[in-house]
Amino acid sequence: MELVFSQLLDGVSIGSVLLLAATGLAIVFGLMGVINLAHGELMMVGAYVTYVVQNLFKPLGEGLFQLYYPVALVAAFFVTAVVGVFLEKTLIRKLYGRPLETLLATWGVSLILIQFVRSVSTPMVLGIGVTVILGILVNRYLPKKIKSRPFAPYLAGLIWTASALLGIVTISAITGIGNRALNKPWFGPRNIDVTAPKWLQGSWGSIAGIELPGIRIFIIILSALLLLGVAWFLTKSVWGLRIRAVTQNRQMSNCLGIPTDSVDSITFGVGSGLAGVAGAAITLLGSVGPNLGAAYIVSCFMVIVLGGVGNLVGTVIASMMLGIIQSIIGSGSLLIAFPDMPKVAAAVVEFFATTSMSYVLIFIFIIGFLQFKPTGMFPQKGRSVEA
Amino acid sequence: MKLFRKLVPWILLAFAFFVLPEILSQFRLNLFGRYFSLAIVALGIDLIWGYTGLLSLGQGIFFALGGYAIAMHLLLVTKNDFTTGANGLPKFFENYGVDNLPFFWEPFWSFPVTLIAIWIIPAVVAGLVGYLIFRNRIKGVYFSIITQASLMVFYHFFNGQQKLVNGTNGLKTSTTELFGMIVGSDDAQLLLYRVTLIILPFAYLLCKFLTSGRFGDALIGIRDDEARVRFTGFNPVPFKVIVFLVAGGLAGISGALYTVQSGIVSPQYMAISMSIEMVIWVAVGGRGTLIGPIIGAVLVNYLRSLVSEALPEAWLFVQGGLFIFVVVLMPDGIYGWLTKGGAASMLSAFGIAKRAKTYPSLDLDEQVNLEPKTITPK
Repeated sequence: MELVFSQLLDGVSIGSVLLLAATGLAIVFGLMGVINLAHGELMMVGAYVTYVVQNLFKPLGEGLFQLYYPVALVAAFFVTAVVGVFLEKTLIRKLYGRPLETLLATWGVSLILIQFVRSVSTPMVLGIGVTVILGILVNRYLPKKIKSRPFAPYLAGLIWTASALLGIVTISAITGIGNRALNKPWFGPRNIDVTAPKWLQGSWGSIAGIELPGIRIFIIILSALLLLGVAWFLTKSVWGLRIRAVTQNRQMSNCLGIPTDSVDSITFGVGSGLAGVAGAAITLLGSVGPNLGAAYIVSCFMVIVLGGVGNLVGTVIASMMLGIIQSIIGSGSLLIAFPDMPKVAAAVVEFFATTSMSYVLIFIFIIGFLQFKPTGMFPQKGRSVEA
Repeated sequence: MKLFRKLVPWILLAFAFFVLPEILSQFRLNLFGRYFSLAIVALGIDLIWGYTGLLSLGQGIFFALGGYAIAMHLLLVTKNDFTTGANGLPKFFENYGVDNLPFFWEPFWSFPVTLIAIWIIPAVVAGLVGYLIFRNRIKGVYFSIITQASLMVFYHFFNGQQKLVNGTNGLKTSTTELFGMIVGSDDAQLLLYRVTLIILPFAYLLCKFLTSGRFGDALIGIRDDEARVRFTGFNPVPFKVIVFLVAGGLAGISGALYTVQSGIVSPQYMAISMSIEMVIWVAVGGRGTLIGPIIGAVLVNYLRSLVSEALPEAWLFVQGGLFIFVVVLMPDGIYGWLTKGGAASMLSAFGIAKRAKTYPSLDLDEQVNLEPKTITPK
């Protein structure tokens, strides 16, 4: 019994990590219809922000260092939200109503983010700065006469290419100077470690003889709070009202004076920010690296599809279900809890009792479930043919 | 001129078949052989995405299944010190203490059976997966997500089963023997290169056959408005299942050819990234055309080799940029851009070519040319 309870706790905590990761995606996918494959990489950005904040707090002494984590959570939210808004304004905006295209484009974004984190260094940042400043300035101060010519868009592209080349030249020039401290990548391809503050380490008391590990409980509480926050934001706040209005009928909302452009940016920003918070939470569970996103993205989409798109309750239930199944099956604790089950059942349980095989079982379960409920547990109601 | 345009691909093919082996080093030739085999899976993706509008992110499953089929056959029939263990089975079985060949590998002792299995197993799996998905009218992004989940099922399964398929290590074919030659040797690789070049046009003709005529029209109908196809009395499910099945079979053939030329098949072929990359080859080349995917697969992979040889770190930036560029600025791909007037409109923007005053087809239409004469008031 104790074992089952502790597995259950494990499952809920795995589920709440999934929930943290999937809430942002549920907003972006459910409300905007954007398939954001870079969501996992936004989580990774959040994790790295946490790492940076931790390093900034280190010289401040032991007492203040204990406070770094809440600061890191907030910082992770805002930094990734800014990244998200930037993405929305430059890229996603061009692709509304074409979900498959957003899927491919955001995958491109995710590749760039991964490699950026791996190889970002001072020369590289300077080079990118040169590119961006040159590109914007030249395109801006081009004579009006040329701007109105039919080849202007191609010319703009050429100017950007040229400034990108100049940026690359800058990078290689600065790298060529050969200052090792300057050229060193900031993070590099290796995993980074974040030390949890003392008040999170260790146990937070026990229930019925089972230790409650602080980090896990903290993550469960954090995901519950965030979920409540999101629910409040969407149902009670002014912007939430606007977001829901735009989701239901974009043109009508526009006619009624709702700034749909800002609504899109804010929705995507909030969704990305939540990814950042999820990333910050994941740093507590172990070391994180540039490839962090890949481990979560498919599971997150599964949670959303299983729960029903655009439904927060469905997201909660689905993520808890997946977390619990994964922890109970993957650890093989069913065998220990029920030692005298029939041989066939025992063989089946043993077959799936590894992490990767428990994934197999979960994905098969989801694909099977969708045979009966193709739109998830809590489908959106509507009369569309395309439902 | 029209005849010339029709002949160009075949001339290029003959060039690749006869001239490239003479002028390229063995290493490059082998790489090109791989690109051409990847072009076959790209053709399949174009069939389902470009023509039917189903974006599958799971083609890696079928690709790897084909690869595993041929690799296991080669490992089984080859008897040399590199590949065979003490019990007469492929060496890796020894490491996990497997004495009897798992039953599902038994048919792979025979070469003809393997040749059929390479495409029929992926096709059947694709047909099954497809039927289960299409039957429920799951489509659009949900189809993509579910194919990706299926990909994860296979990926984790093949990673987790050391005793059956050697887990993460995969199966190595370079030391095995085919027709009395070591597969990794130069002669065998040249032969495989030519085999790839013979199969590629057949794959192309198969796709051409499927996309022309009523079947092709039905596919395009499903892509453009599935609800309307249904309301006019067609059941889209069989069409989608068949086309998905064919794409799966093509992926299997492609995977087998790729495996013997790269020397290994591993669960990495079923990683998420591989399957999405396949899609981008089609997008770069031009979806909805059959030449496009071949161009795209060869070009993108060649670019990849060049960039990763020069500056390995830059490849992900280039690839990511390619994804964004193609989706936002060049949705028709290279071939579509050339043929659908993109190139012409660029030239005319720079004042090199004349700007068309109206739609060119209208200019040539007799009826339209007559109109001003008949309707001008006197």
